[in-house]
Amino acid sequence: MKVAVVGVGYSGFNANTPDLHWKEITLEAAARAYDDAGINPRKDVDSIVTCAEDIWEGFAIFDEFVPDQLGGVLKPTCTVCADFLFGVATAYMQIKSELADIAVVEAHSKASDILTFGETIKFAMDPIWLREIGNAHPYYFAALEMSQYVNECCITEEQLAEVVVKNKNNALRNSSAPYGSKITVEDVLNSPMVFDPMRKLEIAPRSDGAVVFVLANEDVARDITDTPIWVKGVGWWSETSNYDTMSFNAAYAYKAAKMAYKLAGITNPAKEIDIAEVDDRFAFKEFQHIEALQLSKRFETGTLMQEGYFAKDGELPVNVSGGSLGIGNLLEATGGQKALEIVLQLRRLAGRRQVDAETGVAQAWRYIPTASGAVAVFGV
Amino acid sequence: MKVERISGLKFHKKQDVAIVGAGMTTFKRRLNETGKELSYLAIKQALEEADMDLSDIEMVVMGSAPDTFDGLHMKGEYLLDGSGGSDRPYMRVFVGGGTGVFAPIAGYWHVASGLADICLVVCEEKMSSSYPHPQSAFKYIWDPILDRPLNPNLIWIFALEMNRYMHVHNIKHEDIALVSVKNKANALDHPCAQLAEKITVEDVLNSEPMALPVRRLDVSPPSDGAAALIMVAPHIARQVTDNPVWVTGVGWALDTTMWTNRDLYFPRYVAEAAKMAYRMAHVTDPRKEIDVAEPYDPFDYKELHHMEGLGLAKKGEAPILTKEGVTARDGDLPCSPSGGLLGVGNPIAATMGVKACELYWQLAYRAGKRQVAKEVTTGVCQAWGDLMQVGTVMVMSNKR
Repeated sequence: MKVAVVGVGYSGFNANTPDLHWKEITLEAAARAYDDAGINPRKDVDSIVTCAEDIWEGFAIFDEFVPDQLGGVLKPTCTVCADFLFGVATAYMQIKSELADIAVVEAHSKASDILTFGETIKFAMDPIWLREIGNAHPYYFAALEMSQYVNECCITEEQLAEVVVKNKNNALRNSSAPYGSKITVEDVLNSPMVFDPMRKLEIAPRSDGAVVFVLANEDVARDITDTPIWVKGVGWWSETSNYDTMSFNAAYAYKAAKMAYKLAGITNPAKEIDIAEVDDRFAFKEFQHIEALQLSKRFETGTLMQEGYFAKDGELPVNVSGGSLGIGNLLEATGGQKALEIVLQLRRLAGRRQVDAETGVAQAWRYIPTASGAVAVFGV
Repeated sequence: MKVERISGLKFHKKQDVAIVGAGMTTFKRRLNETGKELSYLAIKQALEEADMDLSDIEMVVMGSAPDTFDGLHMKGEYLLDGSGGSDRPYMRVFVGGGTGVFAPIAGYWHVASGLADICLVVCEEKMSSSYPHPQSAFKYIWDPILDRPLNPNLIWIFALEMNRYMHVHNIKHEDIALVSVKNKANALDHPCAQLAEKITVEDVLNSEPMALPVRRLDVSPPSDGAAALIMVAPHIARQVTDNPVWVTGVGWALDTTMWTNRDLYFPRYVAEAAKMAYRMAHVTDPRKEIDVAEPYDPFDYKELHHMEGLGLAKKGEAPILTKEGVTARDGDLPCSPSGGLLGVGNPIAATMGVKACELYWQLAYRAGKRQVAKEVTTGVCQAWGDLMQVGTVMVMSNKR
């Protein structure tokens, strides 16, 4: 039995939404997704999965606040404490195990409500070994990982800047991307070195928004839509919770991709994948993740980036949506934005940023300080 | 009768799921151990019972309730290495207090979907690190605009619910107190119990008032602990044990956030979840077909409330069954033979140890001194949580 995406909806993405409650953002995305799938949530939906972390939301038990705005009252509804793509994996399993014919996945970000972002991330660190490390902003951990990675893989500053230039310019073609801009490699290199060796423009700013997907099994999908986008494979993986034992080369993404490719029957991803959306909340992460997804070989990625191999009109477009550098860090909805772009591209609804693609992969990481991530492969 | 859509029967392609091992730690205040260590202890016991190594485990499901108890953001990630999730697909699921039975439901779909053949389900909770009391963490579960300004406390909303339940069915506190007496006595046989004791109805009625009608002995204690279950596909079950316990039905439902708009006398969310699970397990008359039950009992009235939600008693009938001794360990429908949360302790998600794990032990005839008197084939366990809002139900059977 196959699983398909039959409806997508989103709200945003905006740098700041002081006028909206997160329930309103979610409601808008959900209403659009249900309309897109042509279903009535109160009658047709069998299961709802929300992806949220308590402390990002500012609640002790966020699961309580999930059902109303999604039409999930008195329905099987649950929360997965992870990225949207983990939610897609959960819905995929529920459909495969015949618990649900139609399952809904939701994730949102109201990052603009978080007043002390760095301090909040610190609460995710081991209270004894890491949290007391000083007054440093946790972005330093990403900078540490970056310096290890770029030295090991011989990636130059210009190549890193190229990612920012590509994604922010791509974002100009995306009306939902608040951080698009026409910049050059010099602009990136001239931006302040805020977390040595990481420059300010290499860090994705935060934004608000919500993504809702409607997934269905094969029979239902063929009934209700002419353009089902198949979820060909899902994968997720966690390395460890400790900074001292992490691989620092995105082994989580490599293993998750391996699982997803196996389910999808993909043996040569670099050839078989037409479009990719990878987590680029730090510019160097895009390199790491492209390599982990086996879309290019190690030591070649930097050169290929400069040659335009991953550009919109390149051989293998990566982050055509603008990525997180162009759209912003959507917390647990990051994977949602990635998967959304793949689905829109495969449905040929991506407008000015449309590329020719039949198989796409979306990948997300759980952000600092974790080494966990998920991958989903979609196809027409 | 209108024909209902049955999700579980159309394709006959999913894998059956068996439970082959379970483990739990002692429930008590365990300030010296981290959540990782607690998880490790429970997993070790489960792996020993199933005769497996950690290297056999393919995927891990973690259940843990609020992050605020530990003051940790992304608690699932923190617990990774203690819970056997390192270098594996690892997923943390969460439905507040209902997580104790929801985590094994998530384990069920990991195996039933065919993505995993061996899945480890771990539930961990450490409430003692909350200072001065875990109730202070519950301050942040309320709607910030509508509820929080009233400075509410969980005990008093349960007092509202208990009051309503007593009022609608004209039940006396004496009848409800019998549940506390029964469960705390059952817990005397549980090696992990925190508050096992021989008490009387008078002791309950004379205990310290918390928020009337709720008194000290009506409530389960906050606790620390962990529990683990190993769920496998049929071909694995055959290899490791002669008496696996099969998961025959799962169900869960979440009611609206606006708890003030509901009639609190009946848990509709539990009834919906039970309907889903029974339909899947082909249980049409739960009162006759269920041999043993583990309804969630964080408060004594809650066991009665949930028995009614699970269809094990008619509305208002549960206190009568309890009074007649039907729910005793040697009764016709033993309820909470483990000692439940009232006797063994209430480490929110880790109550999987006295609900899902206990049901497995009962149906596998591995419950030792706690084994119920009657012959058992089918049982049900249930958990409840959030703002009196979520019901999670699992039906198990020792016949496939």
